[in-house]
Amino acid sequence: MIRVTGLTKDYGSRRAIENLTFEAKQGEVVGFLGPNGAGKTTTMRILTGYMPPTYGTAQVAGFDIISESIEVRRRVGYLPETVPLYPDMTVFEYMKFMADLRHLPNAEDMVDEALELVQMEKRADGYISNLSKGMRQRVGLAQALLHKPEVLILDEPTIGLDPAQVVEFRNTVREVGKERTVLLSTHILSEAQQLCDRVLIINKGRIVAEDTPENLQARLVGAEHVVLRVKGEADDLLPVIMKIPGVQNAKLQPDGMLEFQFAPGTDVRPAVAKATIKAGYDLLEFRPVGMSLEEIFLQLTQDNVRKER
Amino acid sequence: MRNIWTIARREYRHYFTSPIAYIVALLTLLTVGVYFVVIIYYLTNQSYYSNTAPGIDIVIGPMATVFLFASPALTMRLLADEQRMGTLELLLTTPIKEGELVVGKWLGAFLFLLTIIAVTLVFPIVLNKLTSPGIDQGAMISAYAAIILLTAAFLAIGTAMSSFFNNQFAAFFATLAVLILFWWLIRMPTYIIQNNTINNILNYVDLNNRFTTMLTGTMSLSDIVYPISLTALGLFLSAIAVEIRRWR
Repeated sequence: MIRVTGLTKDYGSRRAIENLTFEAKQGEVVGFLGPNGAGKTTTMRILTGYMPPTYGTAQVAGFDIISESIEVRRRVGYLPETVPLYPDMTVFEYMKFMADLRHLPNAEDMVDEALELVQMEKRADGYISNLSKGMRQRVGLAQALLHKPEVLILDEPTIGLDPAQVVEFRNTVREVGKERTVLLSTHILSEAQQLCDRVLIINKGRIVAEDTPENLQARLVGAEHVVLRVKGEADDLLPVIMKIPGVQNAKLQPDGMLEFQFAPGTDVRPAVAKATIKAGYDLLEFRPVGMSLEEIFLQLTQDNVRKER
Repeated sequence: MRNIWTIARREYRHYFTSPIAYIVALLTLLTVGVYFVVIIYYLTNQSYYSNTAPGIDIVIGPMATVFLFASPALTMRLLADEQRMGTLELLLTTPIKEGELVVGKWLGAFLFLLTIIAVTLVFPIVLNKLTSPGIDQGAMISAYAAIILLTAAFLAIGTAMSSFFNNQFAAFFATLAVLILFWWLIRMPTYIIQNNTINNILNYVDLNNRFTTMLTGTMSLSDIVYPISLTALGLFLSAIAVEIRRWR
């Protein structure tokens, strides 16, 4: 459980985060989304007890991050953005070192378990200096999972992983996230979409939106977009489609695609498909262009910029 | 206590994988060995010296000079490197206190130099065989106590400097500067200043002065307390510096 109230952090005269308030419950994966320098890392560092906030406070796993920092640190697993590893140690030595610092009772078993979870058990005796970026990332994750923390905080965890590893990684997080609280930051929006139960969009130190990925999409995308492609020119098809009730903003794209919108709840797609075939066209492509979180994100952050002006 | 030991053990092991540590070990043993052989040769072959029995100071004296340069090299990476590699963030988000981290780091370096000091124990054994009726046992204990206390203070100063800087080389030269100040420069004003109070203070904080006294086998309480206080001060400042890093 994470409960953040009015968190503010100043670096000298620069305000990194301002008055952040949010909650993450047990069994919830919360995504922290924002451009570089938005204050994601700062927030995570405060929540893990690395640095204190200037104002405000937070409770992590039921303990106050300032007055009960040690208790918080006992219950949090943290993977910082730059994976903190000692290249001169073997994977096992490193994990054992972390287990000792955390006073784990059956350290060696827990190390084996954590390494199995990230599929690094075969490289346990290899030196960290010889590991690839992806493997280092996995060792970093194993370190964060080692003590089975109630709260898991992961700062840009999928950076440097190849696509197959990203899929594996997401499965691991989803698995682990069932009984814990996970807060992860990312600027890869599809990742937040796939992984998170809830997304917090943060820009310039402030939360600009907070909702489930689906709701965010529905709330911000007024209409659904669809594009279709037919064999040959589609010029004559356009008036036909425009006549179908519910179709809005139908227009030809420069690349020959025909694009149109319709209000959510009034699905006109079957009617459009039928009309296209009836008009004698060969339908090659017909697909929705969902507004991605990417666009939502840009929209939100730009709105913010406009307001400031 | 357990955390200190965990940190110290990692640090101690790290030295055996780093070239600097081997160079320090080699340099110490080589310097002490060469001095030893040359002095013993002179004492046995030159009639002028023949009525002087060699003392343990011929081993411990050069060792102190080597440690003056070796300590900064051993401590420069202790905290500066953690900062650079981002592992300080890892350590400070585990349930350990700044003080435990700093003392553990220092202890790792201290144990490493103690290991080298232990190896040099062969010299007094040889010396004991060479001289009749053997070397002054009291002086030997006092001299080894002196080098151990001195090492502790040198390394604590180095740990503090390493916690002040992100850059290892800055930490190295800052440590060297402070050590040279406490070892050589601090007594210089006493040659000029006539004021007894100031001179007494400067003599009190002069590490070299205390060390040389202990080498001859005379040991006063303040000779022991002073390097221990210096060590405590160094470690205290390191812990504060690490704490301050959090607040920045």
